This record gives sequence, structure tokens and C-alpha cells, in this order.
Amino acid sequence: MIKWLRDVGWRYAVVLVVCAFALFPVVFVVSAAINPLGTLGSTGLVPEGASLSNFHDLLTGDHPFAKWFLNSVIIALISAFAGLLISVAAAYAFSRMRFRGRRVGLLSILLIQMFPQFLAIVAIFIVFTEVTELYPTFGFNEPWGLLVLYLGGALGVNTYLMKGYLDTVPKEIDESATMDGASHVQTFFRIILPLVGPVLAVTAMLSFIGTINEFLIANVFLRDTEAKTLAVGMYGMLTDKRDANFGMFAAATLLTAIPTVSLFLWLQRYIVSGLTAGAVKG
Amino acid sequence: MTTEVTGAGSARSPHPGPSGQAPDQRSRGGRRGGAEQVRRTRELSTGFIVSRIAVLGVVAALLIYALPPLIQTEAWTALGVVGVVTALVAYLYLTPRHIPAKYLVPGTIFLFAFAIVPIVLTFVTAFTNFGDGHRGTKEEAVRAIETSSVTQVPGSPEYYLTIAERDGELVFLLVDPDTKAVQAGTADGLSPLTGAEVSLTGKVLSAAGYTVIPTAQAAERDAEIAAFSVPTPGGAVKATGLSRAFEGKADKSYDAACDCVTSPSGGRWVADEVEGYFVDAEGKHLDQGWKVDVGFANFTKALTDPTISGHFLNVLIWNFVFALSAVATTFALGMIVALALHSPRVRGTKFYRIILILPYAMPGFAMLLIWRDMFNTDFGLISKLFGVHDWLGTPTTARLGLIVINLWMGFPYMFLVITGALQAVPRELTDAARIDGASAWAGFRRVTLPLVLVALTPLLISSFGFNFNNFNNIKLVTNGGPYAIDNSTVGATDLLISYTYRVAGFDSGVADFGFAAAISVFIFAIVATVSTVAFWRSRAQEEVYS
Repeated sequence: MIKWLRDVGWRYAVVLVVCAFALFPVVFVVSAAINPLGTLGSTGLVPEGASLSNFHDLLTGDHPFAKWFLNSVIIALISAFAGLLISVAAAYAFSRMRFRGRRVGLLSILLIQMFPQFLAIVAIFIVFTEVTELYPTFGFNEPWGLLVLYLGGALGVNTYLMKGYLDTVPKEIDESATMDGASHVQTFFRIILPLVGPVLAVTAMLSFIGTINEFLIANVFLRDTEAKTLAVGMYGMLTDKRDANFGMFAAATLLTAIPTVSLFLWLQRYIVSGLTAGAVKG
Repeated sequence: MTTEVTGAGSARSPHPGPSGQAPDQRSRGGRRGGAEQVRRTRELSTGFIVSRIAVLGVVAALLIYALPPLIQTEAWTALGVVGVVTALVAYLYLTPRHIPAKYLVPGTIFLFAFAIVPIVLTFVTAFTNFGDGHRGTKEEAVRAIETSSVTQVPGSPEYYLTIAERDGELVFLLVDPDTKAVQAGTADGLSPLTGAEVSLTGKVLSAAGYTVIPTAQAAERDAEIAAFSVPTPGGAVKATGLSRAFEGKADKSYDAACDCVTSPSGGRWVADEVEGYFVDAEGKHLDQGWKVDVGFANFTKALTDPTISGHFLNVLIWNFVFALSAVATTFALGMIVALALHSPRVRGTKFYRIILILPYAMPGFAMLLIWRDMFNTDFGLISKLFGVHDWLGTPTTARLGLIVINLWMGFPYMFLVITGALQAVPRELTDAARIDGASAWAGFRRVTLPLVLVALTPLLISSFGFNFNNFNNIKLVTNGGPYAIDNSTVGATDLLISYTYRVAGFDSGVADFGFAAAISVFIFAIVATVSTVAFWRSRAQEEVYS
């Protein structure tokens, strides 16, 4: 018994304690979301009743929540997909080909990455003041503007993560494809991409989560109520009436979690292997 | 078309062609017999043509979209850049050569336009006084000063006013009360207008080429209309309300001879090229200034201005404390759980893993606000559970709170990564250590931990970089606070990045972009130094550049 405690028991104890730590804010959100009173003051870990009134208020109230939700999901999906495509292409070149300027390219991506895009927020503001005048479609208050801006940061950590993973795929595989007469485009799309599924899944998920959570640039960019993303819109919701809107806010949080959590569960089996294999090689 | 294919192969493969001397490699390909045939039939040749047409189509579409506004605004430099870039892109995808570039260019274009250009611009801005009152050129400042000083003097002409639009630009349609002559006034000046339909009250009902804005909509653009003015030889036409306009005289006017602004009442403001302002004898300046280079003034201000530099150092220290403890705590907790679950004797690992991942999968920005409210003084869950306490109200507890919140949000990622890394540590190593008489702790510390650390150093460094600028956590939870009574620009939990954001004036509207850019440069220097040192130190263990 004592031996069991020493070998296995502590493991359960640790895991349960940490699970409790991980869960309690989530339980608090669920409780607030189904609590019909819907104020911060009335919310504890156990709700004092259960109803869907907060969800109802949220979807029918003054805030265009559905629009925000759509904006966020669309921007996050497109930027995850497009970002994935351009960064895996770059990673493929860095991993498989030897060309002049390769080392310099890798190094400069690393350096530029250390200047986080949001540090340049002032400059981005200046650039897009100009862009808004010339091309309103890609200017302030437009999802397309935000989208291309996010793609500017796509060629960073993602490329490194994917290059690391690609390095673990034996070169002989694409060499034999070449000998079978495949062009480099065919090799890339039909041989390499299917093989690096895990790291694609992980990168897509990381950038999806990152985009959904991005607040600073979106907050400068999107001022029109209708154009806002969830992060910007919901922040305003709590600054308006902090206590009264709390139940609605919690309901909104749960709804926001749906796309991410489903993506997570869907990609779950890839995540550990994808993250690590990429990370181990830098 | 066929050269493309062989070119592709030879660029990547050291042994191109069917006569390579590596038979095992070929057999791994499997379909040796079919290779020649595939090469000849080239089923994709139509595909090549289609993809080429697609590339050309996209390039052409972008050109058609991008060119007109540039020509209209006579932005010739930008036009040249766009032309050269599209020509290069078209060439690149039409030639069979430069294969690596085909894969690198899409990302590089975005990287260049939206990461590198802003970085360069940040550096440039850091040496200017760009900000409120210093947004434009000197000419723009002079014009703003002159038009904003326009006042109605007795006897100056009056007009009936109709607000209209042309090509999205605001236009004043002016009707002379006596002659009923109609003029169109734009930001460039007045021009006669014929063929307009004018009502008895002097309103223009319609005019070819102009869209008359209904009064209700015009009322919404009140501020824009009030700020609009039509320059005339003696002054400018300005609106009084939405249906009348007057031609007034500018009270202040620019005199190029003395490079100064004067007014008939005796005011005299001399241009100060260092400050970017027109300054009078008593040292007071006019509101509108222009952008000038200020050299290192912004940088010296950050370091020497006592109201800023005293805090700057404190912010910097707290910034380091926050980033380091963020990495250390998340790594430690992630490691503990990963180790706990790293045993075949623990059942239900999958289930626990999903729960442990949950904080990472929840929307971060929303959970930060939820945490903020859990720390709420009056109603917060934590305050209720641990007795009423103003958690976010005192510097130390607010900082502690932030680290706890960050731990909650950040440990699942570390847990995932460490789990993966632990799987890569061969069990024989730890077993061997065990047999050699090492305790479990010693085995972990001397064998497992170093191996995991080697694998995860790059991630730890980027985690440090990320947390060093963890704007969301600060902005959404404490907004930098609590603030000292005597200083509302720097709060106790402000990171450099949240401080920069406030200085840039995105919250309050009092903008000092030049200074904010200077601080950004400082932050970049710090993060880059720390990361570079860490990377070089860990490079020996990696093969990043291989």
C-alpha cells in the first residue's frame, strides 16, 4: 500500500489538484452562464438556478454577437488556412532545397519574429491610414485589411515549427517520387503535405487560437460595431455595464469556446506528436 | 514545359535521372517500371498551362485593382513598386527556374509589406515628433491654421448652401442669394456650375455629376462639414449650419518672407523648425504643427525625463520578472503534471489530458476578463473564498494575481510539449540510472531534465519573448493598474508594451506616436538581445541551420 502510494498515488494526487485548478474558472463561467440572475455579484461556483435566459438575451440583445462571432471565425479560419499554405511552402523550400541566401533567410525570419507585429502598431496605423484612403476594402473596419495584416506574421514561428517537422521526413521519399516522374509541385502537394499532417494540424490550430484571441491590432483596426471581432466586441460589452452584462458575457465565452474546443478535439491525436517533433528540431 | 519538370528534380535531388547509383532508393519508390511512362505522358501538362493562366490572371486582377487609386493620387513611387513587384512575380512563375523562390515568395511578400515595412517605419518614426498636432507637412499645418482662423466679417458674401458629394468627396454647392448663380466648392476652390436645378428657397435639388446629400444624413456628418472649408483668394467659404455658408477672411496668414504666421491684430508666430510649431514671443505655440525630425530626443526623453525614466526602470524590472516567472511557473507546473501522467500505471490519461488542455482551448481574451472579475473586490469569487481583499488594488498582489492567471493560461501548452518530449527520452536511460543506484529525483535531475531542456530550449526562448510582450494579460486584467496617485501614465503592472500602447494614445486620443515608436525600438532591442544570446548558447545542441 505504501509502495503504491509512493509510486502511483502521488501521481493521482498531483493530477487531481491540477485538474481542479484548470477547471475552476471554467466551472465559474458555466455557472455564470446558466445563472438566470446574470450578475457578477450573484455568481458563485454553484449556480442558484438554471436557465438559458442569458443565451437568449445575448442573441437577441443590443450587441450584434452573431455578427462578431461570424467575423472572428471567418477571419481566423481564412488566416489559419492561408497562413498555413504560405508558411508550409516556405518551410518546404527551407527544408528540402539548398539555395543561395538560405541561411540568411532563416536567420532574418528569426530576427523579424523578435519584433512582434504589435510593437509596430504605430507604424501599422500609419500604413493603414494610407491604405484606407486608397483601397477602402483593405482599410480600417474591414476584415480583409486585418486578414492581410495577420498574414504578414505568418512566415515566422510557424515556418520554423514546420521546417523542423519536415526535416524528420526522410528525403528518400521525395527523391523516389521525383524519379517516378513527379514534378516538384506534385511532390509537394501529393507526397509531402499528406505526410506532415500532424504539424499542419498543430500549426493551423495555433494560428486559429492566436487569431481568435488577438486583441490589440483588432482593437485599433475595428471601430464599427458591426465590424468587430469577438475579442473587441466582448471587451466593450464588459466595459459598458460590467456587473449587469456578466451572465451574457459568460454565455458568450462558452459559445466562443465551441469552435476552438471542437477543433481541438478533432485534431487531438495529432497535437502532441506535431508539437514535439517540430519543437525538438527547433 | 518539360524543362520545368527535370529542372525541379535536379534542383532538389543530388541523384537525378534513372541512372542513379542507389538501387535501394529506387525500389523504395515502388513503381520503377511506370516512371518512364509517367514522364512521357505528362498528364499534368494541361495542369501546368492552367496554373500558369491562373497565376497570370491573379497578377492581372491585382494590377487592375491596385492601379487606378495610385494613378488618381499620383503616387508614382508606389506605382513603380507595384509594377516591378508584379512583373517579378509574373516572371518567377512563368519561368521553370528559381524553384525555391516559387515557394518562398508568397510568404515573403506578406512578410515584407506587413512586417518589415512597419518595422522600418517604426524606426523612422522614432526619430520624429509625429503625433497629435504634428501629423502632416508644414504646408498642411499652414493651411489648417489659415482656414481654421476664418471668421465672418461685416459685408462678407453669404450663400445658400447645399451639401453634396462627388466621388465620395464632400462638396459645397453654393447659390448666390442675389444672382442665383451656382458654384461648386471643393477643397481645391470654387468653380462655376451650370445646369443645376435650384428651388425657390435656394436649395440645389439636383446637379449633374453631384449627389445631393439629404439633410438627415448631412446632419450626421456635422463635424466633417464644420471642419470643411473652400479656399478663396481672400479667405475661405465655411458653413454655418447646414443651409448657409459665408465667405470669411482668414485672421491668420502665412508670410513666407519671415517664415511666420501673422494676424492683423498684431499676433506674430515664428516657425520653429526644431519643435515643428509656430511660436510667438512669449513661447506659446499654435495648435497645428508639423512633423519634424527630432533626432534622439524621444530616446533621451525615455531615459532622462524624471517623470518617465524613474518609472521606465521600474517597468523594465517588472517586465523581466513577469516574463521570467511566466516561463518558469508554466514550465514547472507543466513538467510536474507531465511527469505524473508519464507512467503506464496511471489510468485514464486521455481523460485527464482533455481536462488539463481546457484552459488553453478556452478563448483567452474572455477568460482574462473572467479572471479579472474573479479577483473583483466586492463580488469576485476569489475575494469571497479568501476573504474580502482588494487583490488587484495593491501592486504586489496585483502582480501575483497576474502570474497566477498567466500560469493557468500557459501551463497546458507546456504540459503538451513536455509530454511529447518525455516520450522521446529513451526509457533505458532512466532505467540505467536507476540500476546504478540513483534516486528517482537524481535520475530526473541528471538524465531526464537535461534531455527535455535540450529539446525545448527554442520553445522556452520564444515563450519568454511572447510573455515579455504579453499585452493581452495586462491590458485586459489590470490595464496596467494600480496607479500611483501622482502618476497616471505608468501603473504598477504595466509592461513596456502596454505602456507604449497608452503613450501612443490609442486609448485616450492624445497621441505621441514618435515617443511610442522610440519605446518600441527599446523593447525590440531588449528582446532581441536576450533571445539572441539564448539562441547562441543553445545552438550547439540544435541543428536549426542544417
